[in-house]
Amino acid sequence: MIKITDIYKTFNPGTINEKHALNGISLELKDQDFVTVIGGNGAGKSTLLNALAGTWPVDSGRIEIDGIDVTGLPEHKRAKYLGRVFQDPMTGTAADMEIEENLALAARRGRGRGLGWGITSKEKEHYKDLLKTFDLGLENRLTAKVGLLSGGQRQALTLLMATLQKPKALLLDEHTAALDPKTAENVLKATDRIVKENGLTTLMITHNMRDAIAHGNRLIMLNEGRIILDISGEEKKRLTIEDLLHKFEEVSGQEFSNDQAILS
Amino acid sequence: MALNFMDFVGAIPGNVALGLIWGIMAIGVFVTFKILNFADLTVDGSFATGGATAVVLILNGWSAPAALLAAFAVGALAGFCTGLLHTMLGIPDILSGILMQIALYSVNLNIMGGANKAISVDQYKLIISQRYLNMALIISLSFVLVVMVLCYWYFGTEQGCAIRATGSNPAMSRAQGININAMKVIALAISNGLVAMAGGLLSQFQGYSDINMGRGSIVIGLAAVIIGEVLGSAIFGKRMNFMIRLAFVTIGAIIYYLVIGLVLWLQMPTDDLKLFTAIIVAVFLAIPYIKGKAGHSFAAAARKGAKND
Repeated sequence: MIKITDIYKTFNPGTINEKHALNGISLELKDQDFVTVIGGNGAGKSTLLNALAGTWPVDSGRIEIDGIDVTGLPEHKRAKYLGRVFQDPMTGTAADMEIEENLALAARRGRGRGLGWGITSKEKEHYKDLLKTFDLGLENRLTAKVGLLSGGQRQALTLLMATLQKPKALLLDEHTAALDPKTAENVLKATDRIVKENGLTTLMITHNMRDAIAHGNRLIMLNEGRIILDISGEEKKRLTIEDLLHKFEEVSGQEFSNDQAILS
Repeated sequence: MALNFMDFVGAIPGNVALGLIWGIMAIGVFVTFKILNFADLTVDGSFATGGATAVVLILNGWSAPAALLAAFAVGALAGFCTGLLHTMLGIPDILSGILMQIALYSVNLNIMGGANKAISVDQYKLIISQRYLNMALIISLSFVLVVMVLCYWYFGTEQGCAIRATGSNPAMSRAQGININAMKVIALAISNGLVAMAGGLLSQFQGYSDINMGRGSIVIGLAAVIIGEVLGSAIFGKRMNFMIRLAFVTIGAIIYYLVIGLVLWLQMPTDDLKLFTAIIVAVFLAIPYIKGKAGHSFAAAARKGAKND
């Protein structure tokens, strides 16, 4: 369970670039909730995810994961609760290291890293089996450097790494935005499968309204650092893109300003 | 004066021994420059710190092995401080190293109580000395091998992998729960420990420590790393594993000293040595870049375009 209570974040306070990115967001995710997050450019989607991940401390408010107050924990200490996939396929993996080494790093997330072997032969077999389920042909390239993989392969690998140890929450930050449509669809399918298989609590940012509607059991829309729409259950299943655009204009009094979102 | 080729050949064992000692230093540079992706200039100071510490402790009655261990520890402490300047105080990597290097200049003067300190192999039991060159070769080679094996082991452990991940992708490392600041500090300490140990060996080998013995050592270390990398990938290509890379760093250092031996034999003025070193390093740094660009430059594109007209 994730509980975010009234968090605020302002970037560059007191300067000409001051930006009130989060303006009192409260959000509670129940176990196995799959929430999609949409919103225009600069609405605070990624900021919300980064606040949860602990990229920087929030100005005020409280963040709890499974009843544990993590507000004061830096990113690397929160990592044990969270699996993350980023927008840029380069961000989630270490290019200079082998596929199996990347997986081994992820398998040790949240544990102390001592002088035991960084990877054991038993693990290698396990990773091989796991990669087979992705059908990317990576199971025979375990010792290849990750830098040699395509963007889609790297995102799929990052997804596997994020869930290798079951996280309390899976945070997906537009993780298919940099991929071509076909690859994006494959990665989304893999996401759905992994989320379902492991019963993960998930927060997925997307700029694609259709994806936001098609995936998950709940949808929230952000604008100017606030949640302006929160739809779940049956109501979400009946939702259309037109509904969303209409609701956005109704609630915010502006036109939805994300070209990509409208076009897709 | 006629050049006698046998003079050059005669100098080879001494140059190889120097190359092996500097090979340890170069492995230290490899740890920061290649693994951690951190351009650490502390080494110019910590190399002399190691030399000074070893000589002064031996003069004060310490056994040579204990003094060498102390040199490692003092060097590691210097690297630790560079790490703190960078991670706790937010000073950029190059600047942290330069600050530490300049601070160590004073530290080194204080350790030696002057600009240099001689130590005679006749009066003290040293680990290595150029007086006994065959023995020096065996000992320096053993040190290199032990350092290589330890590095191979360490960078295969969970902690070593975390350091490699930190160097490769800090954002990913944080997301995987790695404390990247701690990893940087540890790697800098290990690197400068190795550098100082090499300094401790060199001061015994040459029979003195000197405040200037580390000047420009970063360039020699880089020369070794890069010569080794270029040569290694030319010979082994994609089959280069970590152990081969470490071996080629040392081979790079040996080649560097053989070339220096050749230059000295050609009676080039010693004043020009540093200039010559800079040119070697620049050439080897440029090789991968120029190779990558061969046939892909704008000039080549223009030529091809003109041909098709």
